[in-house]
Amino acid sequence: MSYFGHVFAHLRKDLQLEWRSRDSINGMLFFSLLVVVVFAFAFDPTREMSRQIAGGILWVALLFAATTALNQSWTRELRNRVLDAQRMSPAPASALFLGKALANLLFVALVEVVLAPLFIVFYNLHALGQGWMFAVVMPLGTWALVCNGTFFAALGLRTRNRELLLPLILFPISIPALLGMMQATTDILSGEMDPGPWIRLLVAYNIAFTTACLLLFETVLSAE
Amino acid sequence: MTRSRIFGSIGIVWVLATLAVIAYATRLGLFVAPTEATMGNVQRIFYYHVPTSMLSLLFPYVNFAASLCYLFWRRRDPLKALTADAIAVSSAEVTVVYSSICLLTGMLWGRAAWGIWWTWDARLTSMLLLWLLYVSYLMLRKLSSTGQTHTLAAVLSVFAAIDVPIVYMSIQWWRTQHPAPVFGGGADSGIDPSMKPAFWFNVLGWAMWGIFLLIMRYALERRRQESDQDAALQAIEASLEIAK
Repeated sequence: MSYFGHVFAHLRKDLQLEWRSRDSINGMLFFSLLVVVVFAFAFDPTREMSRQIAGGILWVALLFAATTALNQSWTRELRNRVLDAQRMSPAPASALFLGKALANLLFVALVEVVLAPLFIVFYNLHALGQGWMFAVVMPLGTWALVCNGTFFAALGLRTRNRELLLPLILFPISIPALLGMMQATTDILSGEMDPGPWIRLLVAYNIAFTTACLLLFETVLSAE
Repeated sequence: MTRSRIFGSIGIVWVLATLAVIAYATRLGLFVAPTEATMGNVQRIFYYHVPTSMLSLLFPYVNFAASLCYLFWRRRDPLKALTADAIAVSSAEVTVVYSSICLLTGMLWGRAAWGIWWTWDARLTSMLLLWLLYVSYLMLRKLSSTGQTHTLAAVLSVFAAIDVPIVYMSIQWWRTQHPAPVFGGGADSGIDPSMKPAFWFNVLGWAMWGIFLLIMRYALERRRQESDQDAALQAIEASLEIAK
């Protein structure tokens, strides 16, 4: 099987497993909705101010939601000693990582698709800048979170306090990407500045860290 | 003389030299260097703050190099790999200590000189993120399961090293796109020559201290690793006894 054949096999496996129980997706959806509501009490924005803060709130909500799902995505591999089987198989380990990261990307994207209309409703938003740029920023930003998140969730697989560790190591590394996605979103909504530099930052960040994750996953998987 | 006795003697000489340099540098900084024009004696914290900040930017590279060595030697020469790992954890801890000192003394100085504890300008934010990255490294080391700690930490160190230039660029952009009030001062852009001895002696003294901490922590880590190895050996021998 080719490399992408392996990736697709892993992707399909994760999608099928998730579809059967739909735990992660339901949890993520409801969690992000709750975060949005809590922030509404925190800030109570006027229409003008809402454009300044909605970008930040959106990505904070997605960050927390993704974190809850990422931990779970690897626990699937712990049952029935599946992870040992993965390590022994001749398939490249980075294919496992890529398949899982793509699956997580799809789950978080699904949450975004549901969340976006809610956001528009809650904050009475309409983009003053170029709205089509969201189609660029959202996937880039989501991939930045999901790629590193899937990798660090695998790092924490056999630690004690596994759920605690992921945010502790993910958030510091993700701060430049978070800055980029939040600033780009705010710039598009408020139309005040050009989101171009932030989008370029996200692209550079994604290229650098996707490469690092693919190259180092084998090391992490066989870390004993 | 055995190797460890020689190292022990060098170590004692180094510590005494370090204490002497720090004492001299502190005296220069607090008493001998001229009083600064605008800030007065408050400025003297500069001689403590700036050297530790500069040094806190150096030790991450030591950590990165040691982590790379660990990953390289991991399968090829496990004993060298353990040494590299001990250096990695020591330099990470020294980084955290020095960047904490930088942040705390900076806050004190900022409060005294400008009336604010903190501002989200480029330099402070980058330093805070450096601190966060290395604290997260230490948390990973603490929380991960024993067999894996070294490898996982080395991998995280590689990620942190990739992140550092990205953080630097992005924070610069953030703060030059939305300009914040420019608080002058920062490093030694044009300090008076009469202040230079105090400054450079402090850099030397705190560099020597940092190296001393690194080596002490390294020695401690090596002893811990060796006692782990002894314990493992005893366990193996005990199991062989039972098997007989």
